[in-house]
Amino acid sequence: MKAKIIITPKKAVLDPQGKTVQTALEHMGYTGVTGVHIGKYIEIDLAPGTDKAAASKALNDATHKLLSNPLIEDYRLEIE
Amino acid sequence: MNFSVLQFPASNCDQDAVHAVRLLGHSARLVWHKDAALGDTDCVIVPGGFSYGDYLRCGAIARFSPVMQAVKQFADNGGLVLGVCNGFQVLTEAGLLPGALIRNRDLQFHCENIFLKTATNDSPFTSQIPAGKILRVPIAHGEGCYFADEETLAKLKANNQILWQYCDATGNLTDTANPNGALQNIAGICNEKRNVAGLMPHPERACEPLLGSDDGKWIFESIFTALKNKTVAQVA
Repeated sequence: MKAKIIITPKKAVLDPQGKTVQTALEHMGYTGVTGVHIGKYIEIDLAPGTDKAAASKALNDATHKLLSNPLIEDYRLEIE
Repeated sequence: MNFSVLQFPASNCDQDAVHAVRLLGHSARLVWHKDAALGDTDCVIVPGGFSYGDYLRCGAIARFSPVMQAVKQFADNGGLVLGVCNGFQVLTEAGLLPGALIRNRDLQFHCENIFLKTATNDSPFTSQIPAGKILRVPIAHGEGCYFADEETLAKLKANNQILWQYCDATGNLTDTANPNGALQNIAGICNEKRNVAGLMPHPERACEPLLGSDDGKWIFESIFTALKNKTVAQVA
């Protein structure tokens, strides 16, 4: 069982990495790119048979407290 | 006065902080991050470095170290806490200071001397800084850009919580003088109660002329004066 968490910078926060990569893509000749945002991807392995609902609650809590900084980041969590 | 300087795995300015305090005539000792108690402490310094390798986010893991419970209680009781660089990051992650420190806007690690304008003398960390004096202090960081949302910034201004801002040699708050893109050139702030402060520059590295500047000593002198004048919060 696996939890997948995608963490992205909030739109209001300066993302110089994203801007730099966007510029690089443009220099490489790719057109039509209107924005690039660089985030984090975290995979958490869960013991087989873990209760999905309980895990979701615990992981949302963990993501709020540790895995992301709610001031500057948004996140999406899925468990499969 | 007794200063407790925290030590996390990969803190690297802890010895500098101890040295600076002792040089200026007071006692300082290191407190390992796993210790649950601070002991006899008048002021806590959360030092610079790369605690936990800056993994996940700077200070994100250190804030959960056992000693931080004691620091939080010490701060809640009115004790003075100063976070320097990574220490500032730890304090924002711990919620003891508002806002966050993000990647420098030019993506470069900046290791250089900067100038600081003291925005207010009304705090235990700035009271002794001579009026109008521009402090020359080194910075060394890759994630020092202070960020807070509009509401928080408005509150910081209204409550006079901005303590130091990056400026040029004559005290102007210019964009060129801002090494990392910090909003409003903010280099350091304090909390609402004014007993917890954080700043990205390193005053502990600017306490003796041999190192190029002793302007940092004014921040420590302010703390010494505040401690002399107030009832100290003791945590057993």
